[in-house]
Amino acid sequence: MIPRPKPERFRLRRTMIFMSAQKPGLIKDAYIYGVDSIMLDLEDAVAENQKDAARFSLYHALKTIDYGDTEVIVRINGLDTPHWQEDIRVCVAGGADGIRIAKCESAQDVKTVEAAVEAAEKEFGVEVGRTLLMAALESPKGILNAYEICAASDRMFGVAISGGDFRKCMQTKPTPDGIDMVVARGQMLIAARAAGVQCFDTVFTNLDDMAGYEAEVRQNKAMGFDGKSLINPKQIRLVHEIFAPTEKEILQAEKIVRAYREQSAAGVGVFTVDGKMIDIAFIPGAERTLKLARACGLWEGDLV
Amino acid sequence: MVIQKPAVAGTVESSDALVSVEPGDGKIELTLTSSVMNQYGRQIRDTVLETLERLDVKSVKINIVDKGALDCTLKARVECAVFRSSDASEKDIPWGGVIR
Repeated sequence: MIPRPKPERFRLRRTMIFMSAQKPGLIKDAYIYGVDSIMLDLEDAVAENQKDAARFSLYHALKTIDYGDTEVIVRINGLDTPHWQEDIRVCVAGGADGIRIAKCESAQDVKTVEAAVEAAEKEFGVEVGRTLLMAALESPKGILNAYEICAASDRMFGVAISGGDFRKCMQTKPTPDGIDMVVARGQMLIAARAAGVQCFDTVFTNLDDMAGYEAEVRQNKAMGFDGKSLINPKQIRLVHEIFAPTEKEILQAEKIVRAYREQSAAGVGVFTVDGKMIDIAFIPGAERTLKLARACGLWEGDLV
Repeated sequence: MVIQKPAVAGTVESSDALVSVEPGDGKIELTLTSSVMNQYGRQIRDTVLETLERLDVKSVKINIVDKGALDCTLKARVECAVFRSSDASEKDIPWGGVIR
């Protein structure tokens, strides 16, 4: 039995890789890839007649395998299936860090899952509130209700869009510039930031198109995503590279934070650093850059 | 638990095991083939027998085709096959109870 530390609601989640909970060959060594979170899947990756077997395999994987610092999230089946309640019981009993709610469409969906999670925590003697939640938005209704979903529970750490189902609803296909999903991604990002939770992009499914993949990851970073869902270990490194702050960004963030502390101690509100105007609005961004740089192992300062 | 009808769990993919159970004659009859028989045959046998004991199965014919499954996978497959044999695998599983 491997005891896992209490999950952190806000931690580095640049990469989250899907693994079928029914495939022992996958789940036994998922942590070696250096991914931030693994997503053990009880939903679409598991055939309808193997849902029960996947839970037994998930339970023992959670209890036996040492995933170290890798976060372990489980994607449960939708609330319109006969599976989700037992899925929640096994996640909580096994000590998963969090649960991903598939096909989430309303705050009520989050509250329904939360109530079942709390009941399971009591049943299995797990600290109430330990198990985190995130929601996958897979439909137009989910996107329209993104804010109420993000704000529905103190357990919520983030929200992700699921491109396959969303595009199916919208009758669109993936486009190279992402125009098919730009509004949905944007609306979800605004909702997540307004509610103070993290936001993750969908998977890129064409493993042979690494140029298209890179373009999408760059757009994800530019739009303000915290991370991306992945389907293959070979997709991990690029996200970590692109999401890491550059050396120049780190140096500048350090300068800004130092200058702000000196200037504000001297009673100055607005000033320039390397010819750029800086005021208090720039400080959270600079501090975030430094925290991200430290998490990526690129910076060892003590300013933040 | 009583094995009420034949049931199967698992696959013959690498790192997995295919476990079949059927009603026995008052004892445990285990047949095992494994891709790692020489190194791990005894350990696999022990894990399977321990799991059956934990589930209080006293009468079963059980056949295992092992493809290098870890202990945790073997346990999961044996448990699932036993629960399936009495139509009890879908809900209210005693996680942390006899399943541990």
